[in-house]
Amino acid sequence: MVSEQLVDLSRLQFAATAMYHFLFVPLTLGMVWMLVIMESVYVMTGKTIYKDMTRFWGKLFGINFALGVTTGITLEFQFGTNWAYYSHYVGDIFGAPLAIEGLMAFFLESTFIGLFFFGWDRLSRQQHLLVTILMAVGTNLSALWILIANGWMQNPVGSEFSFETMRMELTDFWAVVFNPVAQGKFVHTVSAGYVTGAMFVLSISAWYLLRGRDVEFAKRSFRIAAAFGFASICSVIVLGDESGYALGEAQQTKLAAMEAMWETEPAPASFNVIAVPNEAEMKNDFAIHIPWVMGLIGTRSLDKELPGLNQIYALNRERVTVGVEAVKLLEALRKNPQDAALREAFDKVKSDLGFGLLLKKYVASMDDVTPALIDRAARDTLPKVAPLFWTFRIMVALGFAMLALFGLALWYSIKGDFAQRPWLLKWALWFLPMPWLACEMGWFVAEYGRQPWTIYGVLPTHLSVSTLTVESLYGSLAGFVGFYTLLLIVEMVLMIKFARQGPGSLGTGRYMNETQHAHA
Amino acid sequence: MILDYPTLKLIWWLLVGVLLVGFAIMDGHDMGVGTLLPFVGQNDEERRVVINTVGPHWDGNQVWFITGGGAIFAAWPIVYATAFSGFYWAMLAVLWALFFRPVGFDYRSKIHNAAWRSTWDWGLFIGGAVPPLIFGVAFGNLLQGVPFHFDDTLVSHYTGSFWGLLNPFALLAGVVSTAMITFHGAIYLAHRTEGGIQRRSITAALVFGVLMLVGFTAAGLWIANGSFGYAITSAVDTAALPNPLAKTVELQPGAWLANYAKAPLTMLVPALGYAGGIAALLLVWKGRTLAAFVASSFAIVGVIGTAGVSMFPFVMPSSTVPGASLTVWDAVSSQRTLGIMFWATLIFMPIIVAYTSWAYSVMAGKVTAAYIRENEHSAY
Repeated sequence: MVSEQLVDLSRLQFAATAMYHFLFVPLTLGMVWMLVIMESVYVMTGKTIYKDMTRFWGKLFGINFALGVTTGITLEFQFGTNWAYYSHYVGDIFGAPLAIEGLMAFFLESTFIGLFFFGWDRLSRQQHLLVTILMAVGTNLSALWILIANGWMQNPVGSEFSFETMRMELTDFWAVVFNPVAQGKFVHTVSAGYVTGAMFVLSISAWYLLRGRDVEFAKRSFRIAAAFGFASICSVIVLGDESGYALGEAQQTKLAAMEAMWETEPAPASFNVIAVPNEAEMKNDFAIHIPWVMGLIGTRSLDKELPGLNQIYALNRERVTVGVEAVKLLEALRKNPQDAALREAFDKVKSDLGFGLLLKKYVASMDDVTPALIDRAARDTLPKVAPLFWTFRIMVALGFAMLALFGLALWYSIKGDFAQRPWLLKWALWFLPMPWLACEMGWFVAEYGRQPWTIYGVLPTHLSVSTLTVESLYGSLAGFVGFYTLLLIVEMVLMIKFARQGPGSLGTGRYMNETQHAHA
Repeated sequence: MILDYPTLKLIWWLLVGVLLVGFAIMDGHDMGVGTLLPFVGQNDEERRVVINTVGPHWDGNQVWFITGGGAIFAAWPIVYATAFSGFYWAMLAVLWALFFRPVGFDYRSKIHNAAWRSTWDWGLFIGGAVPPLIFGVAFGNLLQGVPFHFDDTLVSHYTGSFWGLLNPFALLAGVVSTAMITFHGAIYLAHRTEGGIQRRSITAALVFGVLMLVGFTAAGLWIANGSFGYAITSAVDTAALPNPLAKTVELQPGAWLANYAKAPLTMLVPALGYAGGIAALLLVWKGRTLAAFVASSFAIVGVIGTAGVSMFPFVMPSSTVPGASLTVWDAVSSQRTLGIMFWATLIFMPIIVAYTSWAYSVMAGKVTAAYIRENEHSAY
C-alpha cells in the first residue's frame, strides 16, 4: 500500500504546477483573438495604429506565452513521473488526445508564433494575418484536446475495463471526443480565457487613459476589449450554466457538494445562496435558499429530482459492497483467465470495480474488509463540501461583477465618452486580477470536486501515484516551487516594465517615452 | 483499412522512432545552437545573431519533443509510466533544463544589462546541452537493462537510483548523443551565419563530428564485447493482448548483435550513421553547409536507428526481472487506439512538415549583425 503522505504530496505537486500553468493559459487563449481582431482591422483599414496595437499587445502576449510553454511541458511529463499507475491504467484512452493535441494544435500554434513575431517584414499583410489566425486556431484547438482529456477524467465514456491487460481500454473514440462534459468544459474554459485577455487589455488601456498618455492607442484598445470582453463574459456565464446541466447528468456528487445539498429535495430543488455546511453531521447549520433555481440549472425541468449527498452516500455504499466482489473476482480471473464462469460473474459487477478499489487505501486484501471500512470508503466518495461551496460562489460572483463591468464599458464605448469616466477606468484597472482568480477557482471546483477519483468512478487517486519515495517528492516539490517563484518574479518584472513603457517600446517614434527608453 | 494488431505494433515502433529522430533533427539543431552559444558568440551582438538563427523556429521544434512524449503515452502507456517514474530525477533534470529555453529566448534581449543577458546565455546553454546528454545516458541504460519489475496488478517498481544511471557505458552514450546534437547544431549555425561566427561553427562541427563517430564506434565495440544484451526465450505471439509478464527473457551478452546476423540488411542502419557523419564532416569542411545539414540529419537517423534495431523487439529491458522487460509486442495500447493514432499521425505529419518548411523558407538567409541592428526592438 502507498503511504498517504506520498499521495498528498503528489496531489499537491500536481495541483500547484497545474494551477501555476493556468496563470498563463487563459491570457494566451484570449489575447490571441484580440490580436486577430486588431490585425484584421489593420489589414482592412490600412491604419498603422492598428499594426502598432497588434505588435505592442503581441509583445506582452509573448512574455506571457513563454511561461505558458515552460510550465506546460511539466504537465505532460508529470503524468508519467508522478502518476505512473494512472498512466498505465488509462493511457490507452487518455494518451490519445494528448498526442493529437501535439499533432493537430501545438505544432500549428508554435510554428506560427515564430512567424507572428519575426515575419512582419517578410510576409504580405494578408499572409501575416493568416499566420496570426492560424496561431489563434492552434491555441484554441490545443485547449480543445486537453479538455477532451480532462472531460474524460470527469466523465469516462467510450471505454471499458479489460482484465487481460489490467487497464481501461478505448471502445468508442468519438464518444470520448463528443463527451458532453468535455464539450461544455471546452467552451466554458476558452470563453473564460477570452475574458482574461479582454480584461488585460481593458485594464492596461484604462491605466493609460487615467494617466492621459497614448490616448488614441488606449481608446481604440479599450473599445475592442470592451466589446470582445462583453461577448465573452456572456458566453462564460451561459456555458457555465450549461456545464452545471452536464454535471447534473454526469457528476451528481460534485454538483451536490458545490451546492451543499445534503438531502434530496422534492423537485424542483432550491438553490443555496449562502450556507454553513457541517461535514460531521452531513447537514447545513444555516442556509438561505432560492426556490426552484437549482432544479432548473441541474435538470432543465421542474419535475426531475437531484440527489442530495446523503442519498448519494447510501447509493455508493451499495456500489462499494458490490465493488469488493468485483475486485475479488478480478483477482481470481487474473489467475484463471480462461474460466468462463468467473468472467461472466466479473462482467456483471465490473462497473463497480472502481468503488471496490477505494478500499485498497485501507486494506491489501479484500478478505479484510469490514462493514465499517465500507462505510468509510463510501464516505470518501463525497468531497469536502465547504471548499467547493465557497470557491464556486466566489467564481460566480466574480463572473457577474465582470459582466457588469464589461456591460458598462461597452455601453460607454458605444456612447463614446468612456474616457471621461474615471470611475469606470478605475474599476477596469482594479479588476485586472479578477479573471485569474475566477479561473483558478473554477479549476479548483472541477478538480477538487472530482476527488477521491482521478478517473471519476473508475480509478481512485491513491492508487494512481508512482511508487516514489516521500523524499523524492519533497525534493521535486521544493524544486518546482523555487523555480516557479523565480520565473514568476522575472515575468512580472518584464510585464510591468513593458506595460509601463507602453507602445513606445516598439521604437516607432510615434508614442510616449521613446527617448527615455531607446532600447528594449 | 483495418490493420492487424502485429502490423500496428510494428508500425508504432517505427513511428516512435520517426518522432524521436524528428525531435533530434529539429529540436536537436536548436539545442546544438544553444550549447554553442556562449562559445561561438564572442560579444552581445554575435550572441544575438546566434540566437536569432533559431529564434523563429525553436518553439515549433520543441513540439517534436512534446508530441513524442504524447505519442509514447498513447502508444506505449506502460513504457511511458515505467520510464518516466523510474528515471524520476533524470526526467526532472531534463524538464528543469528545458525551462531555461522559452524564457531564455524570449526574455534575454528585453533588458539591456550584461549580467542579465549573460545569465540567460548560460541558461540557453543548459537548456541545449543537458537534454541530449540525459537522453543519451537514458539510452545507454536502456541498452544495459534497467532495474524494475511489476506486481500482479502491473504497478511498476523501480529499484535503482539516479546515481546508478551514471555508469561508464551510459556516460559514453551520453557523449555520443551530445556530440551528435552539437555537431548538427554547429552545421546549422554555419549555414545561417557568416564571418567569425561561421568560422568558429565550422571548427566546432569538425570537432564534435569526429567525437560522435569515435564515440559511436567505441559504443559499438563495447556492445559487441560487453556483458549485456537480452533475448526472449519463450514463444512470441505478436498478435496477443499485451501482457508484459507472459514471456521469459534472459541476459545474453552480445544479443544486441543478433538482429544484424538474422537480417543483414539492417546493417545499413549503422552504416548510414557512419556515411552521414563522414559526408557531413567533408561537406561542412568544404563550406557546403546545407548539404552538410542534410547529411548530419541522416547521421542522426543512423545513430538513433542503430540503438532501436539492436534492441528490437525490446524497448525497455529489465535487468532485475528480465521477464518483465517491455517489448514492442507486449507494452502497447489496444489495437483500436494504435489504429486511430496511426491515422492521426499519417494525416497530420505531412501537414506539419509542409508548414514547418514554409516557415523556414520565409525566414531563410543569413542572420547578420545588420539584421540585429535594424530589428533592435523586435529581435531576440
